Amino acid sequence: MANVASTTASAGSELTARALREAVFSGLITLGLFVLFVGLKSDQNIRNELILTQRWGLLAIFVIVAMVGRFLMVAYAQPWLAQRKAAKAAAPEVAKEETFFSRNFSKIAILALVLYPPVIVALVGVQGSLKWVDNFGVQILIYVMLAWGLNIVVGLAGLLDLGYVAFYAVGAYSYALLSSYFGLSFWVLLPVAGILAACWGVVLGFPVLRLRGDYLAIVTLAFGEIIRLVLINWTEVTKGTFGVSGIAKATLFGIKFDASKDGFAALMGLPISSAYYKIFLFYLILGLALLTAFVTIRLRRMPVGRAWEALREDEIACRSLGINTTTTKLTAFATGAMFGGFAGSFFAVRQGFVSPESFVFLESAVILAIVVLGGMGSLTGIFVAAVVMIGGTEILRELTFLKMIFGPNFTPELYRMLIFGLAMVVVMVWKPRGFVGSREPTAFLRERKAVSGSFTKEGHG
Amino acid sequence: MVIETTTMTKDPILKVEHLSMRFGGLMAINDFSFEAARGEITALIGPNGAGKTTVFNCITGFYKPTMGMITMKQKSGDEFLLERLPDFEITKRAKVARTFQNIRMFSGMTVLENLLVAQHNKLMQASGYTVLGLLGFPTYRQAAKDSTELARHWLEKASLIDRADDPAGDLPYGAQRRLEIARAMCTGPELLCLDEPAAGLNPRESHALNDLLQSIRAETGTSILLIEHDMSVVMEISDHVVVLEYGQKISDGNPDFVKNDPRVIAAYLGVEDEEVEEVIEQIEEIEGEHGGTKQ
Repeated sequence: MANVASTTASAGSELTARALREAVFSGLITLGLFVLFVGLKSDQNIRNELILTQRWGLLAIFVIVAMVGRFLMVAYAQPWLAQRKAAKAAAPEVAKEETFFSRNFSKIAILALVLYPPVIVALVGVQGSLKWVDNFGVQILIYVMLAWGLNIVVGLAGLLDLGYVAFYAVGAYSYALLSSYFGLSFWVLLPVAGILAACWGVVLGFPVLRLRGDYLAIVTLAFGEIIRLVLINWTEVTKGTFGVSGIAKATLFGIKFDASKDGFAALMGLPISSAYYKIFLFYLILGLALLTAFVTIRLRRMPVGRAWEALREDEIACRSLGINTTTTKLTAFATGAMFGGFAGSFFAVRQGFVSPESFVFLESAVILAIVVLGGMGSLTGIFVAAVVMIGGTEILRELTFLKMIFGPNFTPELYRMLIFGLAMVVVMVWKPRGFVGSREPTAFLRERKAVSGSFTKEGHG
Repeated sequence: MVIETTTMTKDPILKVEHLSMRFGGLMAINDFSFEAARGEITALIGPNGAGKTTVFNCITGFYKPTMGMITMKQKSGDEFLLERLPDFEITKRAKVARTFQNIRMFSGMTVLENLLVAQHNKLMQASGYTVLGLLGFPTYRQAAKDSTELARHWLEKASLIDRADDPAGDLPYGAQRRLEIARAMCTGPELLCLDEPAAGLNPRESHALNDLLQSIRAETGTSILLIEHDMSVVMEISDHVVVLEYGQKISDGNPDFVKNDPRVIAAYLGVEDEEVEEVIEQIEEIEGEHGGTKQ
């Protein structure tokens, strides 16, 4: 198709003829493929008899879509793509000038997040802001924090952990149980939850350190399930599948967020609303997530962070340089687990209720998917991936206009996983290394040059 | 048939005694003993599959030998039994660094970062096992600056300073070899073990390598143990050559002695069946002579 650039009239008609021919072929193939699947539908009638419903109209739509699609593909899309490719190859490589936005992305993003609740309140009012701050803001930021925590284990150290949600569960249950049994406050229990999760990280780390790659993934997966099953079956303590409810709320320097006389709303002279608590939670999780990012950035420049990345690149070379790979892996596990634990205790305080239902394998998979989609090791990429993935699924709930197209029985959020999977495939084809594939070096002599993703390794577990 | 060590090293840095390594039914190394003198370049040569890399892996702790003793004696007089140390402690405490036959780079990290990873233990201590460093203590900042300076020094030696901020995986093959040596030197070793450092290098590059190795020895006093197939490297720079065949030592001495040893010639070039008797006779003759002069 490279010679399309020199299109003459005859070549144009030739192309159209070829496109038509291919369209007819693809129409025939579609007809053959779908005649039994779509054209005929076996069904049971009221007397339990098997009947065949004929759906020729639907089949015709399938065939026409395939034919038109193929025609457009051959006649217009392919020449256009080839032309663009040729133009790109002909044009000299110009160093891409970084725009102001891309250079200061993280600062702009932080500013936007800090301003998010007041802007929302100003736009839709205090009561209307509930949904936007809680469902979008807090929900997304929890996943951002979890993914940043898992990023330390998977993205930096290259250890594939499929059971990360276990540490999330440990954190959530630490807060839920310790606060309901001993009445301790959130601010005391937040570090405790982190420490307990880190301890579990070490406990998990020890037996699995000798394993690599697929084997490590399987064992961590099993560990996640073990934690969940313990939570279900240890009914005396965890109340099993009923979960722990009535978990105490967090306070702001001892000020409670409730309708009482000395509650936040009364003190500030504001009308009583649960939105203030949600906004407080938003800033709380924002702070926790930023702490995770800050620690990760600092750790990458520490010897231990470099050792994690070196471990991902080549474990044997690490050992030959005198790095104790056992403790290095353990610190990665423990640090990642600690942030999982923080996020877990925040989750408990936000929901006021925890049950093993919240800590299924799917959660681990979603968090891992965010890390991979974002680009392993890149905080910015992971943030964007979390916003797209979690925000995207939340926004599905808002698409009520789709009911007008597909009928009143259509619930868009049921297609969540389908779209999630499709999005993953698309992103992996388009950007195999995730949104941000390049790696920022931790030290430089003259200039900081990003390391292309084609050099970095994914780790061997 | 085992020859006693001909080198009368007064101050050996590394002493390998009766080393044997068995993989299932295969005796990869059989009762192998040699000494590497302090401040010298010792070469370990032999045909393919002779067990040279196995010896290296035993010395650097990647294999645990079936039998034998490997003693590392540092300048300070501290002795370490390497067969008893885990691999990372051999570099960390016994100060033996190594490179690999198939280069092992942290290819996604920059050249400078590669050299900083090599200074892990020193920096780890300076950063108070991360805690003080995370809080921004000045001790760590100073140590980080020092380690960058050390890295710069070795980059200049290995003439890689222009590529310091490029990913290691982007370097050409010869530069990667030099980087691996520079990285090993950044761990501050007393004994540097190089597994085929000249493999895949063109004559000009291997000449540059010779210079690099000799300057390392001259400036830091680091002893070097190397495996090499490239005889131009071996004969030019080594002070002492040990020849291994089928896991056994067949010759040991200075390069000239080894070059003319009929056993070595036979091992490398092979001999006709009818000549075997002749060669053995010749060997016995030389051995007798050699033994005579020794006493």
